[in-house]
Amino acid sequence: MTAGETPPTDEIYRAIEATFRIERARLIAGLARIMRNIDRAEELAQDALVIALSEWPRIGIPARPGAWLMATAKRRAIDAIRHDKMRTRKHEEIARELDGAPSQSFGDGEAAAIEAAMGDDLGDELLGLIFTACHPILPPDARAALTLRVVGGLTTDEIARAFLSNEATIAQRIVRAKKTVAKAGLGFETPRGAERAARLPSVLEVIYLIFNEGYAATAGDDLVRPGLAQEALRLGRMLAGLMPGDAPEYKEVLGLLALMEIQASRLPARTGPDGAFVPLDQQDRACWDQLLIHRGLDALARAEALGGAADNGGPYMLQAALAACHARARRAADTDWSRIAALYDRLRLVAPSPVIDLNRAIAHSIAFGPEAGLRLIEEIADADALRNYAPLPAARGDFLFRAGKLAEARAEFVAAAALTRNEREKAFLLARADTCGSKSFGR
Amino acid sequence: MRVMVMVKATEDSEKGMAPTPEMLEAFAAMDSFTEELVQAGVLVAAAGLKPSAEGKRILVDGRNRTVIDGPFAEAREMVAGFSIWEVKDMDEAVAWAKRSPNPMAGPSEIEIRPFYEAADLADFVTPEELAASRDGDRGKLGVA
Repeated sequence: MTAGETPPTDEIYRAIEATFRIERARLIAGLARIMRNIDRAEELAQDALVIALSEWPRIGIPARPGAWLMATAKRRAIDAIRHDKMRTRKHEEIARELDGAPSQSFGDGEAAAIEAAMGDDLGDELLGLIFTACHPILPPDARAALTLRVVGGLTTDEIARAFLSNEATIAQRIVRAKKTVAKAGLGFETPRGAERAARLPSVLEVIYLIFNEGYAATAGDDLVRPGLAQEALRLGRMLAGLMPGDAPEYKEVLGLLALMEIQASRLPARTGPDGAFVPLDQQDRACWDQLLIHRGLDALARAEALGGAADNGGPYMLQAALAACHARARRAADTDWSRIAALYDRLRLVAPSPVIDLNRAIAHSIAFGPEAGLRLIEEIADADALRNYAPLPAARGDFLFRAGKLAEARAEFVAAAALTRNEREKAFLLARADTCGSKSFGR
Repeated sequence: MRVMVMVKATEDSEKGMAPTPEMLEAFAAMDSFTEELVQAGVLVAAAGLKPSAEGKRILVDGRNRTVIDGPFAEAREMVAGFSIWEVKDMDEAVAWAKRSPNPMAGPSEIEIRPFYEAADLADFVTPEELAASRDGDRGKLGVA
């Protein structure tokens, strides 16, 4: 803007708001580390925003807005501590430490000095905040809410809508999480070495949980929900940008990123015009986002360059490799099912789960024939987790149908239809049961 | 939303690059800005383009196709580099773009253009077209 020209106020406030959104997470991360308290960090960041809203329309947005906001928030912190009657020695120590910070009116030179003093810690502080919000002492849903709040900048109301919950419940969950963090005396530091490797899975788990909340949402739902997939993708990209690339556990960060990029590439193809879910083999692959597929395959290749083939990787690398098999197939018929079957053989060893075993049976049936699928499904048919699980009889029905055992297949489809609560799925399964009645309709 | 951020060419950029101290310094500044974009989860893709001397234009008129070799005049109307960002809205894209170090030695221009998204094309694609399954990699009007 040129001197003497006053921009429309609406424009400057929008610019300030956008700048604050960009700086917010790093600001809270830096303040949380000083104050050792997320609530105080959020309040101070908010105070800094209020001051910026009154100052910036007059002085313009500073060249280093992050350093300006940080210095302003620190000054507020010092003032607050001075006014605090309950001074402890620790507080005085902090006040002394902060007193070196220049007053609110400073030039770019001083701002640069502050930024230099904060130095490389900017990224590290944010990483520390992510690791703290995702600390394993918190239950996964609390980690997700706290991460979306302090790192993602979502409001409590947005988080509640995204998780199909109400605002009071989510607010309560966040308050409790903050209390737990405070009680445990967590220092907001980024863990290093073995501790970082040990705590990383709880970070990855939360990001993927957030992603799946959004990914599972269909059109017609509140738009905030699909937005969650986008938010998780952003968190995954941030984590990949912030984590040291030479850490041995980095390949799983890239694995998760690859998995989310590839799955997100299918978002435009997953719902039909009527809002119904479209299964993978029926999706219009022209609608897959090739830019995201490219990014996903690239992240997977980087993970493999670090830690060897995905076959020997962790659960996220393996799932990314599975997703990549579909992404590489131009047509559903081109899918490399024997590779998928081999990957499921590995995945069930690193992440044992009856659902993965069921998917493995399906992959084997497509790659090697229905008898292979039937053999594998018998091994898991008694698993508790699969009792009353409609996909189990549905898969067995499909294998039997393809093996020509129509009467048995029919019974399985009927059983599956009775178990599902989804009306569309029920209709689909009953239709398949019907086709078992006419012998001429085999395939 | 996804945006393309284009840096317009200048007479200097049309001359190509040489590893002068100034150029190396500018590269370092741009690298640290890019790093910031990566750490914020904003950067999706980026590339720099060679001067128009190495480019070609294809003039299309009816059935005629005429190929013209570069260089082309009017540097300011050409793109010297671009990146693709994922941002919440245009305000955020503008806030980020304002932080970019000077991409060129002299005055230059950065242009931000949002991608079309599926919702923008609701009037162009019938529900039947959307429902019809098509295999292959044919992009639908380049929609993000």
